[in-house]
Amino acid sequence: MSVQAPAQVQTAPVALPAVHSELVRRQTRLAWWLLLPSLLVVALVALVPLAQTVLASFTNERLASNRAVQFVGLKNYASLLTDDAFWHSIGVTVLFTILTVVFELVLGMGIALVVNSNFKGRGAMRAAMLVPWAIPTVVSAQMWRFMYHDVYGVFNDFLVVRLHVLPQNVAWIADPATSIPAIAAIDIWKTTPFMALLLLAGLQVIPTDIYEAADVDGANPVQQFISLTLPLLRPALVVALIFRTLDALRVFDVFYVIFGNRADTQTMAIYAQQTIVSFSDMGYGSAISVAIFLIIGIFVVAYVTIFKVEQS
Amino acid sequence: MTKAQRRTISRVLFYILLAIISIYLVFPFYWAIRSSITPDNQLFSTPVVYWPDTPTLINYQLVLSSPNFIKALGNSAVVATIVTLLSLVIGVLSAYALGRFRFRGRLPVMYLILAMTMFPTIAVLPALFERVSQFGLYNTLWALIFTYLIFTLPFTVWVLTSFFEQMPKDLEEAAYVDGCTPFQTLYLVMLPLISPALVTTGLLAFIAAWNEFLLALSFIQTPDRMTVTLALFNFATSTAGGFQIPWGQIQAATVLVTIPLIVLVLIFQRRILAGLTAGAVKG
Repeated sequence: MSVQAPAQVQTAPVALPAVHSELVRRQTRLAWWLLLPSLLVVALVALVPLAQTVLASFTNERLASNRAVQFVGLKNYASLLTDDAFWHSIGVTVLFTILTVVFELVLGMGIALVVNSNFKGRGAMRAAMLVPWAIPTVVSAQMWRFMYHDVYGVFNDFLVVRLHVLPQNVAWIADPATSIPAIAAIDIWKTTPFMALLLLAGLQVIPTDIYEAADVDGANPVQQFISLTLPLLRPALVVALIFRTLDALRVFDVFYVIFGNRADTQTMAIYAQQTIVSFSDMGYGSAISVAIFLIIGIFVVAYVTIFKVEQS
Repeated sequence: MTKAQRRTISRVLFYILLAIISIYLVFPFYWAIRSSITPDNQLFSTPVVYWPDTPTLINYQLVLSSPNFIKALGNSAVVATIVTLLSLVIGVLSAYALGRFRFRGRLPVMYLILAMTMFPTIAVLPALFERVSQFGLYNTLWALIFTYLIFTLPFTVWVLTSFFEQMPKDLEEAAYVDGCTPFQTLYLVMLPLISPALVTTGLLAFIAAWNEFLLALSFIQTPDRMTVTLALFNFATSTAGGFQIPWGQIQAATVLVTIPLIVLVLIFQRRILAGLTAGAVKG
């Protein structure tokens, strides 16, 4: 759901003359009434729970326990700093994020450029590109899990038996050396076509006459790509980069379906979910959740700062 | 090399590239179909066959005769439908206010909604989990319906607002001149015009709710309440006594879950893209 990119916040198109102040006041009141249900829902499912999570992170609360809830100050956060499992989960998540975001942007760009040409079946191609995005992550994970099978999987058959590229079968998922790239490949397969579609939409609003002008000037396709296409696509690319990063940092589904709660492949979100749901450790789990929130916040601030600085 | 030759070569290279992309997109689906119709004795033998000699539908029969899987399809349909309708009804009111009215506080609300579309669910899972247990909603579909609004509603408001903003204001003004109240203007004039956008947004909300996994995993325990993603995840342990993973059945189930989504995507392709890129490219 979070894959769509935002529009810039624009001012409302309906400009009311200020003289009708009574009308303005009535409109304002009505607007807030119309907003009320949404604001209530947002408050109830997001803002209040966020505040409660922050509060709980300073306590030793456990679910379904008779022990009195005590305020423990920063103890949970202090434990987090020395919690190897937590640091490991950050490493796993960041590695996954870098792998997927880089490949999805580069491959997505390439596919967008190819599909942007004129050819028969372009419409069908674009529809097919939406399908991996639309299916649940659980589905794509289950499909790939069998392709990765160490004995009966198609990858081993193809690379070992048919092409002889590898000397022997690889346990893609079980082997710690390949497990994270293997998971990243699933996400890359699922999201790259979608990324390509977003970039394609960006490519199609670039007027073609500037390329004709570049042709006349003798610019080759690579030069055209670097000095025309990339700068014009920049806003779309930056938005895609930010959204994919935020999505990747909270990854849960694909890791959980493939590995369950295997210790060496826990992402930040899995570590938090396990602490809360499986161990009912509300206080510590809340601290992990808040930490994830802050880590994602750091990425947002970093991106926004870099982007703003570059712009000015 | 003549110019014509170079053209031919680049054309051939282009189609090779296109073929590679298509195979990359389609291969996992092909493999799931192939594995779902391969009898077990061939599925679990080497060398791997790329198409079974004797295709079988036994895996589909097994999946479709599993009461839990059918139940899960129903649960997902109920949850996704209610969440979608709630999001649309609540969302269209807010989007109308944000898209057509100018009032103090509009920008902060827009930024709040935008921030909410990026909100990580995991950050509020502890408190949601506690509330859900506290109100006796644990292991009920209501827990999912309420909490799914966290990702469907802000997104719905955001996309619908961008559609409302694009509408010309003449019609609305005509309605006001004719003495319509703002509410009448909304449902007599605006709603019919915005209905394609409602379909788009509703579809996207439905897909998001249908595909959700983290909250379902956290709030649902018994097989009769599971959604389809959860059922698919639990397939291995629930059907094979824990020893052998029923790969054929899992692949059949993934195909069954994918088909309706493919149909939806093929029918609404343009609208989905319009909804997803609403504002994305111009932004």
